[in-house]
Amino acid sequence: MAQHCDCQTAVIDEQKAYQTLMQVIEDYDRKPSNLIQILHMAQAIFGYLPEKVQRFICEQMELPFSEVSGVVSFYSYFTTQPKGRHTIQVCLGTACYVRGGKKVLDALKGLLEIDVGETTPDRRFSLEVKRCIGACGLAPAVAINNVVHKRVNPNKLQDMLSQYE
Amino acid sequence: MFTMTINQQQVTAREGETILEVAKRNHIQIPTLCHLEGIHQIGACRICVVEVEGAKSLMASCVTPATSGMVVRTHTPKVRKARKVLYELMLSDHPTDCLHCARSHDCEFRQLGEVLQVDVSRFAGQRSKNLVDTSSAAIVRDNNKCILCRRCVSVCNEIQGVGALNAQNRGFGTSISPGGDLLLGSAVCAACGQCTLVCPVNALKEKDATKMVWDALADPELTVVVQTAPAVRAALGEPFGMPPGSLVTGKMAAALRRMGFDAVFDTNFTADLTILEEGYELLGRLAAGALANGAVTREQLDTLNLPGHLPQPVLPMITSCSPGWIKYAEHFYSPYLDHLSSCKSPHMMLGALTKTWYAQKQGIDPKRLFVVSVMPCTAKKYEVTRPEMTTDGIANVDAVLTTRELAQMIREAGIDFTHLPDELFDSPMGLSTGAADIFGVTGGVMEAALRTVYEVVTGRELPFEQLHVQPIVGLERIKTASFQFADVKPEWSFLEGVTARIAVTSGLAGAAHLLDEIAAGQSPYVFIEVMGCPGGCISGGGQPRPVNDDVRRKRLEAIYREDEGKPIRKSHENPDILTLYSEFLGSPGGHVAHNLLHTHYTVRSRT
Repeated sequence: MAQHCDCQTAVIDEQKAYQTLMQVIEDYDRKPSNLIQILHMAQAIFGYLPEKVQRFICEQMELPFSEVSGVVSFYSYFTTQPKGRHTIQVCLGTACYVRGGKKVLDALKGLLEIDVGETTPDRRFSLEVKRCIGACGLAPAVAINNVVHKRVNPNKLQDMLSQYE
Repeated sequence: MFTMTINQQQVTAREGETILEVAKRNHIQIPTLCHLEGIHQIGACRICVVEVEGAKSLMASCVTPATSGMVVRTHTPKVRKARKVLYELMLSDHPTDCLHCARSHDCEFRQLGEVLQVDVSRFAGQRSKNLVDTSSAAIVRDNNKCILCRRCVSVCNEIQGVGALNAQNRGFGTSISPGGDLLLGSAVCAACGQCTLVCPVNALKEKDATKMVWDALADPELTVVVQTAPAVRAALGEPFGMPPGSLVTGKMAAALRRMGFDAVFDTNFTADLTILEEGYELLGRLAAGALANGAVTREQLDTLNLPGHLPQPVLPMITSCSPGWIKYAEHFYSPYLDHLSSCKSPHMMLGALTKTWYAQKQGIDPKRLFVVSVMPCTAKKYEVTRPEMTTDGIANVDAVLTTRELAQMIREAGIDFTHLPDELFDSPMGLSTGAADIFGVTGGVMEAALRTVYEVVTGRELPFEQLHVQPIVGLERIKTASFQFADVKPEWSFLEGVTARIAVTSGLAGAAHLLDEIAAGQSPYVFIEVMGCPGGCISGGGQPRPVNDDVRRKRLEAIYREDEGKPIRKSHENPDILTLYSEFLGSPGGHVAHNLLHTHYTVRSRT
């Protein structure tokens, strides 16, 4: 079997991603009223919404960049930063909050040296906050890559994170 | 029609009116801040809140429809307290450097504080924004001062269809910006400056040129020449308390002379010149089309006074005097740039002639000439920085002042403007015809061009009463007309019976509509006039505030008055223009004219 170098694969992947996005825009009839849905899909395809992807959407939909960027920056769901290999979601629903979720979050911020919504420079972790992940009996809960860690101790986070490279 | 009660007063309201509109008609003054009639009515600032009987909370009167039997109270203690708190909250995120703020005299935010009698500022805290964006050659954005009223967003998106500005982020982090890390200088901004006209504070303004001009005036080595655009004379009186529609042509010339300019020229002179260059370009395009389809022979064309090299027969041709429109077209309609006339705008032509013809006549080194343009426009500040706008490496125009900046300088120079005598412009670039005057208003360039083109082809005057092409006069967004070339001169026989359809638009959203027709291959026109600002230059981005349709109409009438008062009303009859051609330029579109007076365009990104 022929060997592909990674960068070639990346180029092909990016082309495919834009083709998929193009299809999404067409499926949504290029209607400005469907912008939010299209951005959702675009984020699913690329993992985040860098300026290049936003500009592509602007050109295809004939929308001003300031408008698309305005929508992207308004909703906290959208991110213009690439995601890390692992996504940490700290639950701050009522139960987790009263049982120390905030302390867990602060400890994680300190440990990773990033804020909520950001990704570590080595792209290992992204940090997010969720409002109740439905694991109130396990509070305070943290989900990493959608796997729930129960009764997280803010002093023992290093052990938990070391499982993820 | 129905009745309602405002402040115990029985008033009649019309279907569809808001509480604010009913109150205003009945002389009840509800304070507003973000509201801009007909343009921006979204209830963002909530200063206009009133008590409505039966409603759970205070209602924003600018967006709440009046209904039959409604009982409204506009100035109860509750309402006044709410307005004051809202004001104080906005003030807590606004610098209080009013003593040295350029908008202090007409800052709507400061004036509102006075109306509301806010005498304390209880809330001090973090400031949300600190960006001052000076990247654009035309417009400065000071986000420190922005109160997030979003008037600029409405004008830029809805009226102009550009979308260079929108709200970014949310809550305390909200700012009005081009998006991402973009600055205005690299955004799709057309530099039209309509945002600077509607900004209630000093957050959006023209880039200052007054310091540069004062320095030039003080430099004994420089000969400083000034020129004034047609629309400036119809608005410059307003900052000195004169009513909108006052014509101050003579006082303006007098003021400029007293400020120390060595020569006071009139951009109207080169507006006449533009008509000759652009008129013959249009005839050249029509002739090239006729030649291509065999309706005329090369020999017959040689008998006409047409440009040496015929232009491409691309129609409709579109006017190119408005630099905001040009930049917009370069961003959004780049495949159709060959429809644009190749003529530079009139003030660039005057600059180019000053540093060549005038310099030669006067024996002045062009490097020691400094040309200042007084324009109703912010985009002209950008236009002079375009690399094409130089001749032999020397800039055609060195500085552009807006009408507002000139008023400021006149005040700074201690000149009592309203008591100045009327003076004339200087020769050889001061004489203009009525056709040049109307360049300042939507429909004017078209009418001026037709006055010349029709007469060149038929030998008769344009067959409209008082030479006004009535269907294209007025403030409507898109205006159209048609006329027929009949009984043409023998040498123009290939145009006999041809019906010419024309269109005129002002404001960039209208331009987009006409360009979409061209893109779809369905444009029925031979000639289109586009002015970037609604109403044309009379309400350009550099004109005195406030601007609304009432002010526009008064300035428009003033411009037509100026035209009708002129002894000569057709550009091709301006004797000084004829001298310029015989002495220096040769013929319209000839070699010299082509080098000095024509330009080309640049494809730009639409994002």
